Amino acid sequence: MSAADAIRAEATLPRSNGELVFEEPWQARAFSVAVAMTEAGRWEWDAFRDRLIAEIGAWERERDAAGAAPDDGTWSYYARWTAALEAALCEHGLIDPAELDAVQARIAHQQAHEHDDDHDHGALRDRGL
Amino acid sequence: MSDNDEVALRMRAIEALLIEKGILTSEVVDRVASTYEHDVGPLRGARVVARAWTDEAFRARLLEDGTAAMAELGVGGFVAEHVIVVENTPDTHNLVTCTLCSCYPWGVLGLPPAWYKSPEYRARAIREPRAVIRELGTELPAETRIRVWDSSAEVRYLVLPMRPAGTDGLAEEDLVGLVTRDSMIGTGLAAEPVA
Repeated sequence: MSAADAIRAEATLPRSNGELVFEEPWQARAFSVAVAMTEAGRWEWDAFRDRLIAEIGAWERERDAAGAAPDDGTWSYYARWTAALEAALCEHGLIDPAELDAVQARIAHQQAHEHDDDHDHGALRDRGL
Repeated sequence: MSDNDEVALRMRAIEALLIEKGILTSEVVDRVASTYEHDVGPLRGARVVARAWTDEAFRARLLEDGTAAMAELGVGGFVAEHVIVVENTPDTHNLVTCTLCSCYPWGVLGLPPAWYKSPEYRARAIREPRAVIRELGTELPAETRIRVWDSSAEVRYLVLPMRPAGTDGLAEEDLVGLVTRDSMIGTGLAAEPVA
């Protein structure tokens, strides 16, 4: 192995810095929807960023008012992002909270049924069927 | 339901509603997600840094107009329009943060690591940069001055780390592997070559 190959093999490559880009799939969706809306010209990136700053600021003020530590375990960057996304979509008149609530209730209902199905299949498998 | 499950459900509803209303398609969202999960990452920034280490004229152009110089290497894109490159020297070390949210040169480094977005990093990077850098694993000489750059929607910063000692014989493509993501944020240094 040449010295250069050894470096390639041993050095910490930027790609393998070890952290996942997104911790959970919903975070990737939240990120990508906001970017896609910007790319589609639905809003300027700055407008979304201002909402994000407002959401993060509100969370920090609430934390400070509660006298909690800077990272008290309740921090979720993409939760703030999602709140900013919802606010920006409502502000731009693209969705309204009531119809969003309705869709959420429908999805929650569907998810509950999916879980029922899982249990049924599991029970069948347990009986060797 | 946990807070995390709740926000995951909310996000699912937001996307579903946008698709139902014909505002977005899931293909468009998939494409954005795939780009940032697989195609855009700190390797882009590492190529820029390695070129600057080996090509003096490029380095000068990069410090003069980061965005234009990076475009020569095909690096740029969404929210990387105004990137200012700040150069580390033996006297001065640069550190990048975003105190208000999480602005970051996405087009060059991909998405920021979790700690970059944390309330603690954002609050402390400006107040006590030396301690933050130490906690992230690098002890800077006491005489090195630290400059902290606060990103904004308009301006993103990329640190040009110092080329490590003992790399004179290395070609550009071999230097790329020494350029860590953290060295381009300023919370670390470029890696030393393996002896």
